[in-house]
Amino acid sequence: MATVKLKNIKKTYPNGAVAVQGVDMAIEDGEFIVFVGPSGCGKSTMLRMVAGLENITDGEIEIDDRVINKVSPADRDVAMVFQNYALYPHMTVRGNMAYGLKNRGLPKAEINQKVTDAAKMLRIHDFLDRQPNQLSGGQRQRVAMGRAIVRDPKVFLFDEPLSNLDAKLRVQMRIEIKRLQRKMGVTSIYVTHDQTEAMTLADRLAVINDGRIEQMGAPIELYNNPATLFVASFIGAPQINLIPVQFDGKNLNSGDLQFSGFKDLPENTDLILGIRPDVLEPNNDGQLEMQVDLVEQHGAENLVYGALNGASTTDGYITEICFKTNQNTQPAIDSILRLHFDQSHAMVFNKETGERLI
Amino acid sequence: MKRVQFEHSTIPYLFIAPQIIIIAIFFLWPAAQAVHQSFLLEDAFGLSSQFVWFKNYFDTIGDASWRQAAWFTTVFSVLVTFLSLGIALLLAVKANEVIRGARTYRTTLMWAYAIAPPVAGLMGNLMFHPLIGDLYKFLNTIGWDFNHKLDSFDAGFVVVLIAVWKQVSVNFIFFLSGLQGISKAVNEAAMMDCKSPTRRFWTITFPLLAPTTFFLMVINITYAFFETFGIIDTTTGGAPGGSTNTLVYKVFQDGFRGADLGGSSAQSVVLMLIVLALTVIQFRFIERKVHY
Repeated sequence: MATVKLKNIKKTYPNGAVAVQGVDMAIEDGEFIVFVGPSGCGKSTMLRMVAGLENITDGEIEIDDRVINKVSPADRDVAMVFQNYALYPHMTVRGNMAYGLKNRGLPKAEINQKVTDAAKMLRIHDFLDRQPNQLSGGQRQRVAMGRAIVRDPKVFLFDEPLSNLDAKLRVQMRIEIKRLQRKMGVTSIYVTHDQTEAMTLADRLAVINDGRIEQMGAPIELYNNPATLFVASFIGAPQINLIPVQFDGKNLNSGDLQFSGFKDLPENTDLILGIRPDVLEPNNDGQLEMQVDLVEQHGAENLVYGALNGASTTDGYITEICFKTNQNTQPAIDSILRLHFDQSHAMVFNKETGERLI
Repeated sequence: MKRVQFEHSTIPYLFIAPQIIIIAIFFLWPAAQAVHQSFLLEDAFGLSSQFVWFKNYFDTIGDASWRQAAWFTTVFSVLVTFLSLGIALLLAVKANEVIRGARTYRTTLMWAYAIAPPVAGLMGNLMFHPLIGDLYKFLNTIGWDFNHKLDSFDAGFVVVLIAVWKQVSVNFIFFLSGLQGISKAVNEAAMMDCKSPTRRFWTITFPLLAPTTFFLMVINITYAFFETFGIIDTTTGGAPGGSTNTLVYKVFQDGFRGADLGGSSAQSVVLMLIVLALTVIQFRFIERKVHY
């Protein structure tokens, strides 16, 4: 139960590399915050700064209005779940879970109670006397979670905890983490590069790029209303279609294509028209023409990929396009389709700055 | 169950032959010779010998100077093993924490590894030389009436010091690589679970280093028993009054200087049994507590 505030925090490594450049964030009590971004964007560094495993070059971090910049990791009352679990290999599951409590001088009976409770909650009760190397990946993950839970911390920190699990287990654990967090109501910060994990887990999502927050908000808000080209292309699977365009005062032009009905856009500037795959639909009067080259069948839905005919090229390559449709629509390879989109769902970005214009 | 069966051929035996031959020539044959000799008594000129059963063994064990050497060996081995392990562990932990100039520290600390024991002994000889030795002068200026040529404690001090100094670098290398084998995330998890670095060391780092420590302990005891021969031979030569004789050095002295081949053979067989027993104890009782 705690609030976390990041106040203009910065991280510069001794070799001069800047990992985090001035991040501000206020996390509410009980909130589940996810940091998402490509590898090397600084999201893990930020989490590790909250944990105390990384020095804070500049700025302040507060937990419950107490500045913790100089507080040792063990005294911050935070618990972390690591990517590779980081279990103590020489201790049993019980020992792993009890270690943090023992060092805090809790009475033995209380430690036992807490460990047993957490183990039951995580369904690892039968493994308490095993060594970590006798457990499967999923079980180790649970032990790592258990070690965090027994501490009863103010804040949970998760550093890509699911990336070492296989796909099926990952989905399962994702749901469990969310349920557990709901039930315990502990403020949590979760780092991932997986946008599905980010979307599904977060109360609020922070998209991080190049050591800065690109946008922060509810996942669906970020999906529907991305503030920048980066957020638009990072959030959403399959990725948003991006068509290079220019504005001539009346229409958006891309090669032979013309899209009317846009106004108040800068002229002679490289722009990007963004259209989500799920707002495109086959229609003989559609604005776009595509040549199908691949159909992915996902079960309930099909994803149709191909080249956008007539459009100008993207960095010398054909502009690709993708749309989502139901399982019964299965266009033939190499067939030509016309696609329609509702203009109100289209987004326009400045290519240079990434800024959203419409 | 079906097992893959390769055709029998002589090739595998050819591959291991060099090792077998080396072991046979340099270990099995001399050991057999020693056992054989230990039952014989030779005359002073080495012209005849007679079979005397266990007389050499009784003489060895009953000899006060042998028991004195056994005692010295025990104290010497314990001191050398624990001091060199302890110092090396401390250095390794500290060097592992260094970020700036880590390579320089590590290389410098490993240097002594390249020095052969007799050379280390010669260096020690110079440093403790009564006329030109700096350490000799230093110890005498700080009020210690130091003279390793006359005082058996001082002589013991010199050989222990040199033997430890020589061995620290070996242990350091192993400890350092052991420390680097401990996952960074485990250390970080421990940092969040335990505030005190000392406690963290004894509850996480040290147990995870146990396999390294155990291995080094076996190596170090062997070193203290056998390899320190070169150091003792070049520094004290067992003096004063045989007080720095280790069992190995005494075998050499009695056999090659004293020409008592039967007696020294018996000594070396006893030594072999002691080392055998020690090894069994180490693997039986200590290895059990090691988590691999």
